[in-house]
Amino acid sequence: MFDPTVTQMILNGIGETVYMTLVSTFFGYLLGLPMGIELAVSDKDGIRPNALEYKILDVIDNILRSVPFLILLVLIIPLTRFIIGKSYGSTATIVPLTISAAPFIARMVESSLKEVDPGVVEAAKSMGASNWTIISKVLVTEARTSLINGMTIALGTILGYSAMAGSVGGGGLGSIAIQYGYYRYQFGIMIVTVILLVAMQQVFQTVGMKFSNHLDRRKN
Amino acid sequence: MAEIEVKHVSKVFDVNGKPFKALDDISIEIESGDIYGIIGMSGAGKSTLVRCLNFLEVPTEGEVIVGGRNMASLSSFEMRKQRQDMAMIFQHFNLLMQKNVIDNICFPLNIQGANKKEARAKAVELLEIVGLQEKANAYPAQLSGGQKQRVAIARALASNPRILLCDEATSALDPQTTASILDLLKDINRRFGITMVIITHQMAVIREICHHVAILNHGVLVENGSVEDIFNHPKSPAAKELILGDISENQWNGGIRQQELVQEDKKLRIVFSANSSFEPVIANMILKFGVPVNILKADTKNVDGIAKGEMILGLPKGEELQKQIEEYMVEKGLEIEEVSADV
Repeated sequence: MFDPTVTQMILNGIGETVYMTLVSTFFGYLLGLPMGIELAVSDKDGIRPNALEYKILDVIDNILRSVPFLILLVLIIPLTRFIIGKSYGSTATIVPLTISAAPFIARMVESSLKEVDPGVVEAAKSMGASNWTIISKVLVTEARTSLINGMTIALGTILGYSAMAGSVGGGGLGSIAIQYGYYRYQFGIMIVTVILLVAMQQVFQTVGMKFSNHLDRRKN
Repeated sequence: MAEIEVKHVSKVFDVNGKPFKALDDISIEIESGDIYGIIGMSGAGKSTLVRCLNFLEVPTEGEVIVGGRNMASLSSFEMRKQRQDMAMIFQHFNLLMQKNVIDNICFPLNIQGANKKEARAKAVELLEIVGLQEKANAYPAQLSGGQKQRVAIARALASNPRILLCDEATSALDPQTTASILDLLKDINRRFGITMVIITHQMAVIREICHHVAILNHGVLVENGSVEDIFNHPKSPAAKELILGDISENQWNGGIRQQELVQEDKKLRIVFSANSSFEPVIANMILKFGVPVNILKADTKNVDGIAKGEMILGLPKGEELQKQIEEYMVEKGLEIEEVSADV
């Protein structure tokens, strides 16, 4: 069953899954981090409250998070085609993965930043810090442990979604599991891919937690 | 010229749709180099008032003038510059938990875009002033409350402020640590001539360090003046309550009430002035009248080389006897005042 072609295919699958997960997480943060910061800053207890701005972002975020991933995947095929040039394969999957991850990442960023002690923010204001300084040097720095924990969760979730995307033409381990295990009854291959996905999830989680703990100066 | 002028400041908050007046027409002047106390029970509005000084809270009405500049007229850039001139320390220290001591002290200098090396040198110098050289690389989580407040003080001094605002800076500390922090603040005031505004609910803090004091009660300024005047002759009920509250808080926590042991029915508060405290007035009085008096509280201390203090006596029953005792004390040059509160 595990001839060199299959082994090569699984190795490629690992590569594609890692590629989709990391690139989607990166773009997810590129959109989600500023959005999460805006949410935290414009909320009524934020450093620059703006009820209208908060409400608009809040609604957009909730709508995007409510659409089931598989529906989103199909729904935005025109957009995916416009950006990537085709609607299948691992690179194309990055578009829906990013769009579904960004609002979720924004919420986690928002909640991480809101955990920062308002007293420290007030202290920074009393020193004459600008809003930008407060965001970059107080909020993000003080919340870094929580932000990294959030990133670990985001990676895990995107990894799971990337496997799901595999079933409708995305690449990676998920696609192998569906094609060989489900359509061709090769349970051995399916089990191997599932074990690999579990192992990757473990690695992301462990490394992420270690890293955030390593950076946390609040406990000694 | 006054360093800080507060003119008819009011602040109204919106609490669940209803207006709540936290400050009502407050006017005070704080001279350059002064240590000015603002005292009141919790909810009196003192924390709001101190935040109106650096415009962390914008007053609803009235003006705040700092160093001759009207705070309301400043642009946001000028406001940030002005705030660098008026540092603030807090009850809960508010240090950056993810940065070490040195980086915390450098923080206000980083905000101002100071040279990194110079900022570090300045931070090391300040650490020496607050006596924490050996903790330069520690993180706040590894420090005690008193040490954290020392770091906060060093951080406040980093931008060479003219004014230091202290919001309940010793309220989270034990009495010994409080004393050492107050000593440090006094020392800083003497060395650098920094004007200090001390917010507290403890009369002991005011007596220890302040030159002038304002008493707030439910958002209203009920009394202000020199600490000695207010302490010796409190006029408003709120001032009396704070002075006596200080007693009940510090030395009268539960236990058997003295009242149950000695049948006194009149309480007098006696204030010692310079000449009388060296004469054993009370002992002489007991010998003279041959009756016991109950000392409910006695507190004397050395203020700038002169003995000062107060005492609260419970007098035995008998109107005639009480009158004689009071006359005797007045004759001896003591200031007396009847106290009705349940001390």
